[in-house]
Amino acid sequence: MKKLLLLLSLAAVLSGCASGVKLDDVQVDDRSGGASSQMGGSNGLNARNLGAMEGIKQGPVGVDHIIYFDLDSYTVKAEYQNVLEAHARFLRADRNRRVNLEGHTDERGGSEYNLALGQKRSESVRRALSVLGVPEAQMEAVSFGKEKPVAQGSDEAAFAQNRRAALNYQ
Amino acid sequence: MTRHSLRFSLGLLIAGLLALPTWAQFRVEVSGVGLTQVPIAFAPLRGEEASPQKIATIVQADLERSGQFRGITAGAVIDETQRPDMTVMRQKGADALLTGSISRMSDGRYDVRVRLWDTVRGQDLGAISYTVSTGDLRLASHRIADFVYEKLTGDKGVFSTRIAYVTKSGTRFNLWVSDSDGENAQSALASPEPIISPSWSPTGGQLAYVSFESRKPVVYVHDVSTGKRRVVANFRGSNSAPSWSPDGRSLAVTLSREGGSQLFLIDANGGEPRRLTQSAGIDTEPVFSPDGTAIYFVSDRGGAPQIYRMPASGGPANRVTFNGTYNISPALSPDGRWLTYISRVGGAFKLQVMDISSGNVASITDSNRDERPSFAPNSRLIVYATIQDGREALMTTTLDGRIKARLSGQGGDLREPNWGPFSKALP
Repeated sequence: MKKLLLLLSLAAVLSGCASGVKLDDVQVDDRSGGASSQMGGSNGLNARNLGAMEGIKQGPVGVDHIIYFDLDSYTVKAEYQNVLEAHARFLRADRNRRVNLEGHTDERGGSEYNLALGQKRSESVRRALSVLGVPEAQMEAVSFGKEKPVAQGSDEAAFAQNRRAALNYQ
Repeated sequence: MTRHSLRFSLGLLIAGLLALPTWAQFRVEVSGVGLTQVPIAFAPLRGEEASPQKIATIVQADLERSGQFRGITAGAVIDETQRPDMTVMRQKGADALLTGSISRMSDGRYDVRVRLWDTVRGQDLGAISYTVSTGDLRLASHRIADFVYEKLTGDKGVFSTRIAYVTKSGTRFNLWVSDSDGENAQSALASPEPIISPSWSPTGGQLAYVSFESRKPVVYVHDVSTGKRRVVANFRGSNSAPSWSPDGRSLAVTLSREGGSQLFLIDANGGEPRRLTQSAGIDTEPVFSPDGTAIYFVSDRGGAPQIYRMPASGGPANRVTFNGTYNISPALSPDGRWLTYISRVGGAFKLQVMDISSGNVASITDSNRDERPSFAPNSRLIVYATIQDGREALMTTTLDGRIKARLSGQGGDLREPNWGPFSKALP
């Protein structure tokens, strides 16, 4: 089931790119003091979209890339220890690999507060990987809040699939 | 046609109307009794049948949405040069009357003229005229509504102000800038990734927002007239919840660059942010008080999300909300008297209005998925997102909750509204 979900989410990302939808033709002037490594300064928006598409790279094969959380919980459950150890081994083996840890929530509540809650989930995964020896420089914990549900619907089954953190390799 | 079949075709007609929500430009719901509303009659403008926009209809809709007016049909056309029969208007129950005309000029523009009458005193309250292109007829209508509102209430009208909001349609996200009735929307940004938290600069020239187009939340500032934009906060981790200082020079934002979600102040042109809060939990959704001396924000430092207030430079925070265990998304009225926010009550998310001086709180909606309120610049109306008929929709409400109107707008789900400031220049 989880692999199916991963495939679906990958397919969603890829189809989003393949549709070639471009942002409105606007210039971006990046004056941010501390741009993160994946942002290419004043690169055009299209280049950033391409970057996202190139970013769909394999992590460890045969290992779950999505970690689910209980309701109102932001701690990684013990059952994911093996999964995280596999990711940690993979990242430790190649210090050039980068992983984005993306936290998500279910749809209930405000966008910004959910963004902060999703951040708690991704940072919880980051801390767990750090404990397993993954250098901070190889990880970035971010949040999508409630903005990118994988399951539609307003029932507990959908909510449970949306309370998650995804490991996306760069 | 038999009576039965007439009723049947009327039923079909009504069903047809319901199936075409775009026909219904707006819907105003009135609840409660004892409302004091000024009854105002609207005469169709002379020449309006040839106008691409029904000026009097737009003006009437604006004024009714404010909750302070009740529209009456004047019947016959009366233009701004004629002295109306006050007795007839008084018999219709009107205390005021708007008359006028619209004519197309040789250069293709329209000359719109209106005159406002006090029908009780038989007094001319003044006239106003605009010469505008077809594309600005709605704006002229909103300015006329502002003129009437100001003449009859003494307060500034907000009908010619703008609202920013986001639509989601399939997997497409759009940031729109529309008139205050949701019409005349212009796309500022289209993206395959979510856009949230648009926030108007104090002068209305720029919008700050959060876009996920680079697969993480990044804060942008977008010049509305030129379409140029710049990255203001793209630090390691998540960057979100931009809110302008009243002087427009800086933005309060939520950053996770140092772990956790904490508040920072950053120059509106970007640069190195200064940390404002130091809590172990979540601090987010900052908003400045209108005088710029305080920041209201959401924090779970007490175990559950509540609204707090602290000096704008940081420092000790005082809790502001005490009812319930989930209070988020604060917004302050420009006059500094009111705080609106969303409270979870049972499983429902409800719009609240607090009288800041007394601390009294009123829950003013019947809906249960309310989000992201903000005040009109005259502090008399609130725009918020909610679910209506299964779709995400935007509503306006008076502060007492008695008058609500659903804003029209683009297809798809409408969300993340933010009401812009008074505009400076008149066309």
